[in-house]
Parts: sequence; structure tokens; C-alpha cells
Amino acid sequence: MLEKALTGSKTYWAWIFFLLAIIGVGFLCYLRQFSVGLGITGMSRDVSWGFYISQFTFLVGIAASGVMVVLPYYLHNYKAFGKITILGEFLAISAVIMCMLFIFVDMGQPLRVLNVILHPTFNSVMFYDMVVLSGYLLLNVLIGWTTLGAERKGIAPPKWVKPFIILSICWAPSIHTVTAFLYAGLPGRHFWLSAIMAARFLASAFASGPALLLILAFIIRRFTKFDPGKEAIQTLGKIVTYFMIANVFFLGLELFTAFYSQIPGHMHSFVYLYAGLEGYSKLVPLMWLSSILAVVALGLLVFPQIRRNETALAIAAIAVFFSLWIDKGFGLVIGGFIPNPFERVTEYWPTLPEFSISLAVWAFGFLVLTVLYKIAVSVKEQSGGEAVH
Amino acid sequence: MKRREFLKIAGISTILGLGGMSVVNELRKGSLEAAQYAPDPKTMAAKRWAMVIDMKKFKTADDYQKCVDVCHSVHNVPDIPDPKREIKWLWPEMFVHAFPAQEDLYLSEHYKHMPFLVTCNHCANPPCVRVCPTKATFKRMSDGIVMMDMHRCIGCRFCMAACPYGARSFNWQDPRPFIKRELNPEFPTRMKGVVEKCTFCYERLAKGLMPACVEASNGALIFGDVTEPNSEIRKVLNSNFTIRRRPELGTGPSVYYIIGGNEHA
Repeated sequence: MLEKALTGSKTYWAWIFFLLAIIGVGFLCYLRQFSVGLGITGMSRDVSWGFYISQFTFLVGIAASGVMVVLPYYLHNYKAFGKITILGEFLAISAVIMCMLFIFVDMGQPLRVLNVILHPTFNSVMFYDMVVLSGYLLLNVLIGWTTLGAERKGIAPPKWVKPFIILSICWAPSIHTVTAFLYAGLPGRHFWLSAIMAARFLASAFASGPALLLILAFIIRRFTKFDPGKEAIQTLGKIVTYFMIANVFFLGLELFTAFYSQIPGHMHSFVYLYAGLEGYSKLVPLMWLSSILAVVALGLLVFPQIRRNETALAIAAIAVFFSLWIDKGFGLVIGGFIPNPFERVTEYWPTLPEFSISLAVWAFGFLVLTVLYKIAVSVKEQSGGEAVH
Repeated sequence: MKRREFLKIAGISTILGLGGMSVVNELRKGSLEAAQYAPDPKTMAAKRWAMVIDMKKFKTADDYQKCVDVCHSVHNVPDIPDPKREIKWLWPEMFVHAFPAQEDLYLSEHYKHMPFLVTCNHCANPPCVRVCPTKATFKRMSDGIVMMDMHRCIGCRFCMAACPYGARSFNWQDPRPFIKRELNPEFPTRMKGVVEKCTFCYERLAKGLMPACVEASNGALIFGDVTEPNSEIRKVLNSNFTIRRRPELGTGPSVYYIIGGNEHA
């Protein structure tokens, strides 16, 4: 099937080379980081995880959200999603690849990364994160490739793939739960030490992931002959709506516990993020932008009349995506480190090389996604988009 | 056998082989502790090392600076001017920063600005060890010291997020050009990309010497085995009221502070 990615329009190739150029610039920056060390980033003794790990955290959510289209189709036989399950699975593949790359570029000694397997440590959440992420990648490659291959031949997917699909549906929430556990089990980091962390992670994932899928569906419809279908798009919109409401609700729960209890440690990070602490307020504009985008998105999403308008839905999806990208892909990780254990504020902002490397990882993910979607869409254009049951 | 089948079998057996080894390693764990040679008879042994910091005995800035300097010089700790990149094993913090939850509007100026020496607390239940994905940081079973294996550390910095005491430093760059003091050839320097911290001078204990800071402190730092009822440290703990940093987190810190009376009031 790979050959389908090798023929394409001028736009297709321009996009591919554009991504390759970004990857090239980021790779050069990475070579510099590899020789000099992580000192080329904006991270510090106090904010010891930065853009890389926060992007990783956000993207695990995108990967997990593939289940939002896979589950209704396979468990509830919801036919409208038949056309787009493959888009969810392939999005999951590229998101997991980005996650792994973000972890890799964050390592101080990247050549030793296999120590995690050579010395497996069962009390470390990071060990389990590695296991669930690799497992999820393999499951999605296996399932996506097999079902698409069957569709190309115009036959039903083989029966043995069904148990793997069920497994992947159970597996998806686990990858994001384990990622939340990276944070939620650390004593002394009040901002993260919250029982609702995993639930909040899942809610934001199941809002931001389908929002991205919506945006991708609109792009695909514009540039190819494949139409994901009005009903599928509207259902995705409903999923985004409910989970965005849940996400905002969960954030509200955190705010209540912190500010009604008035325990300083629980309030500090929120104060830093939304108002500034001790005169430091670098993230305040970003966090308010995130909040405004969330309000705008919910305003468009909760009213079915507005949501049914696809332009409004597209704007809402973009707003949800960026709102949650700021909230989880930046504020959540950085905010947890501020103030530091000595209650001093050290601020963080990514440097240009750090940003280029991150952009390159995103570009690599989108390259994988483009190639996979090109294959899927070419198959769909031939088969008329309907999988055989 | 077809080529395809051969490749299949070869691939599967490689995966099983790699996985199998790690299982064997795990099962073997604990059955023997690495000891390739007889211990030095001078070695100081303990069930659990701990330290008391007697603030009454620190009179001038010079008193605690001596401890910091000797620690940083025997361990080849670099002097990095940028506070974002700095490496520190032992350093002074004001009361409000060392004990952030205990701040009080009416705390006397004397205590407010008292420089408390802070370092790794060698916790009985260390969160850094719990999170490390490679066992590069581990609690030594024999004496409770929280150790670092600089050759195994992958630089993921999970331990820095987990430590509630801010005791850990990461080498954001090659530290060697920043070693301004005379190099101690007895102790290894570090490379970029690994985490480091105080190790209670395990290398000196092995030779029968007290930790460098304790030796330089003129009795202000008391070091010993807290499980030994007749040890000096236990006598000090019995006759003084001491506090520890953030004991409510259940980490079981092994560094105690005697605040003492205010002679300057």
C-alpha cells in the first residue's frame, strides 16, 4: 500500500518538502543539543521539565483519543464512524511517534535510553509509560494496516484482528492514565498531587483529540475526493462538546479545592498561572488566552443550532484544540514547577533551538500522518469510503 | 525452511531473548549484594546514617561557608554562575525557604534570615528512588544512603520532579570547565546530561572518615547511626528538640535541625 504515498499532486509534494525542511532545521538544532547538552533549552534547575515533556503529555492525549472513534464503531456498531476509524487509528500512530521523539529529545543521555529496558524498574511509572506507549503503537499499526489492507481488497477484515481492536479500546485510556500518574504521585508538587489528575487528562484528551480529528476531516474533504460524512463530523462535534464541558468542570474542581481550603501550597501554582506570583507573570497572558478560547468554544458548541453549522464547528474545534494545547501542552507542566520547593519563582520560556526541535518533532509527526492519510484516502477514494463488514 | 519463516523465528527469538535476560536479572536481584573485595577494616558502618545540623553553633557566614566549600571542592562540584544551571550539593537557605510552610509574620528577624544548610535528606522512603526508571538512584540497603550511579542515569530528570527538597542538580552542560577549585583526583567528575547530589560522602565513610562537611564544621554538624541507641547523634537527638524539612510528606528525612535559643535577641 505504501506506493500510494509516492504519487501525489504538486500541493502534496510541496507540503511534504515543507515538513522535511522544518525537520531539517530542527535536526541541526538537535545535533547542537546533542553536543552541548540540554543547556541550549530554557529549562533550569527549578523548572527541570519544559516544552518537550509538556508536548509529550499533550500528545499522549491525542493518541489516546483515537478510541473515541474506534469505540462507537466497533462496540456500538455506529456505522457513521466506519469511514473515519482509520483516521483515528493513524492519528494515534503519528501522535505516539511524536510522544516517543519528545521523550527522546528530552533525555540528558539519549544513548543510554535503553537502560529503561535493560534495568526494568517496576516501581517507576516511567517504565509502565514506556510499556503502554509501545504497546499502543504496535496495536494501532497492526489494526490500522490490516483493516485498511482488507478494505483495499474489498473484503472484510480477518476475524483475528477483532480481539486486538477490543484490546486497543481498553488500552487507550491506560496510556493517558499512566501519563497522568507520572505527575499525580509526586509528594511535594501540590499542583499535580491531585486524585482527579487522570480524569482531567482523559477529559482534555477526548476533547482535544476529536477536535484535531475534526479539523483534519475538514482538510481532507477540501483537498481530496473522500468525504468523511456529515453525520460523522456532527457526532465528533458532540463528543468534543461533552468532554470539553467535563474538562472545564474538572478544572473548576481543582480551583475550588485550592481556593476554598486556602492552603497556600495548593493555591500558589494557580496564582502564578492566572495572576502572577511575586511579580512573575510570564504565563498569565497565555493562560487567559486558553480560558477565553475555552469559553468561545463552549459558546459555539453547546447550542446544537450553532454546532450544526460546519464553519462554526470548525472554529470551535480550532478553539478547543489551542485552548487545551496551552492548558496541558504548556501550563500544566510548567505550573507544577512554580514555585520551586523553596517557594522561589524561576520562570521558564523555551529558547529558539528548543522551539525548533519541538517544531521538527511535530513536523515529523505530521509527515507520518500525511503519508498514512494519503494511503488511507487513496484506498477510500477507490473503495468509495465504505469498509466491508 | 523458507526464508520468510526463518526470519520470523529469528525475530521472535531475539525479542524473547532480550526480554528473558531482564527477567532473569530481576529474579536474581537481592540474592547477592555486589561486593567484589573484602571491605576496608577502617570502613564506618551503620544501619542508617543521619545528620543533625546545630544552628546554635553557626555564628558567622564563614562557619557554614567552610562546610559548603569543602563539600564542593572534594566532590569537584562546578561553580556555574547562572542560577538556572548551577550545581549544588550543600548550600544555605533562609528559614522561610528551607521551611516554607512554617513562615510566620512575627518570626524574629534573627531566625528569618538564619542560613540553614540544606542538602539531600537521604530519606528513609525516598520518592526519587521510587520514580527512577533505571535504578540509577537507589537506596543502599546496608546503611540507607541514597546513592547515584552516574553511569546509568539517562538524564530524564524524573527524580528532580519527585524530590520535595530541591536537592538534585542536573548537568545542563559539560561541568568540567567550571571546576574552579583544585581538582580532587580521588573523586570522579561528571559529564553533561546526568543528575547529581550529596551522597553523604560514601567514599570517605568507606575509608573510615567522617563526611567532609562534618569534619569542617567544628561540631556544628553531628553525623552518626540513628539506629544505634548509644551513638552521639542519638544523644544529641535525645537532649534537643529538632525539626526536619517537610516530614508530613512521609519521606522520612534523615537530616535534623536544632534551632536553639536566640542569643542576639
